[in-house]
Amino acid sequence: MQIAVVDYGMGNLRSVVKAIEHVAPDGAHVVLTDAPEVILESERVVFPGQGAAAQCMTALRERNLPAALREAAQTRPFLGICMGMQVLLDRSEENDGVDLLGWFPGQVKRFQPGDERLKVPQMGWNQLHRTQEHPLFDGIRQDARFYFVHSYYCEPTNPAHSVATADYGLTYCAALADDYIFAIQAHPEKSADDGLKLLANFTRWSGP
Amino acid sequence: MGLAKRIIPCLDVAEGRVVKGVQFEGLRDAGDPVEAARRYNQAGADELTFLDISASHEGRETMQHVVEAVAAEVFIPLTVGGGIRTLADVRRLLHAGADKVSINTAAVHHPERIKEMSDAVGSQCIVVAIDARRVSGEDEPPRWEIFTHGGRNPTGLDAVKWARYMAELGAGELLVTSMDRDGMQQGFDLELTRTISDAVPIPVIASGGVGNLDHLVEGILQGHADAVLAASIFHFGTHSIAEAKGVMAKAGIEVRD
Repeated sequence: MQIAVVDYGMGNLRSVVKAIEHVAPDGAHVVLTDAPEVILESERVVFPGQGAAAQCMTALRERNLPAALREAAQTRPFLGICMGMQVLLDRSEENDGVDLLGWFPGQVKRFQPGDERLKVPQMGWNQLHRTQEHPLFDGIRQDARFYFVHSYYCEPTNPAHSVATADYGLTYCAALADDYIFAIQAHPEKSADDGLKLLANFTRWSGP
Repeated sequence: MGLAKRIIPCLDVAEGRVVKGVQFEGLRDAGDPVEAARRYNQAGADELTFLDISASHEGRETMQHVVEAVAAEVFIPLTVGGGIRTLADVRRLLHAGADKVSINTAAVHHPERIKEMSDAVGSQCIVVAIDARRVSGEDEPPRWEIFTHGGRNPTGLDAVKWARYMAELGAGELLVTSMDRDGMQQGFDLELTRTISDAVPIPVIASGGVGNLDHLVEGILQGHADAVLAASIFHFGTHSIAEAKGVMAKAGIEVRD
């Protein structure tokens, strides 16, 4: 089995690769790639991301990735992480407004904490509250803590797409799922045993 | 329910080895950074910070291999500090597997590099370390100044203004160390921590002076810190991370158990 980790120059992907290698079944092969054809020949695709939304979209377009990612996400298990979740929506408030991939109707908004003690970015371990069951949550207890680092959050239009929430000044969508796609705002590769469990589940999930 | 306050053990590394010792029961080699990191992960540390205090260029290169080895086995956030000057240094360490880098002296000499770095790799990766000393007299309103080189060199920069400036330039987090308290085991400079934390929109890690577990609680409740960093109380087995979290939870602080 080949698992592609999409490398479009945004963020530290080594941790993602290492964590997946750590939990993947024997014989699985993890490739870090920005080549559409390598993504499309992989059985599973992991789409991480850090940094600013506008830069992410530019980097994806420069590498001709949007169409290949779309095709991959419709036909095999696809895991978005952090910015790799946010860019799946329609539009972000970041960088004075950026059009995103638009696979899920909805907006990405900046945290505006009414409580001035709440810092932005949110940085640290917050609870992932499941609102729907999903095979990627198997073996992870309700409200387990995951490591989050972000200043913007997803607001999907269709509540059926949201499978988990977190609280930071407000209750927001912390994981999205539909069909072959699962996307999470937290960093499972940095979330110790629970994060590794989610990644292990992904490497064994064959889709809906 | 919400975000937990973090406990961050800090390990000094020189020429690729943990120095000042880490004492865990059953540790085969207290100087091996990977083993120390693994133990802290098992003990429930929320993040780890490695401070490279190598005197040589080779030691700095070795740090990269240390980060690679740790990142391949320990899946919690890892910050690396010490001698990081350029965007190329930052990229090298992030590529090796660090999640954040902590910049100290280079920020003082070249503040514009903080903007360059955070624009390039994202502010979430850039921690600015602020070493401050109280310079006001007993009867004056409190004022702190930035010092470099382990607290030896004054810069004339006001610590609170500097903290705001660093946040504006794109720092994602501040590591605030009181050079008056560092190593004294008498607790954080709570006034310094609180004044900076209340002045910036980004998270603040309190550092310098932890001698007992109540100091961690004070750092959060009175210092308004988002995370607390400590070295010796954990390394020498005086207290465990679990004990620390127990004391914090009892004081009403949300922690990750």
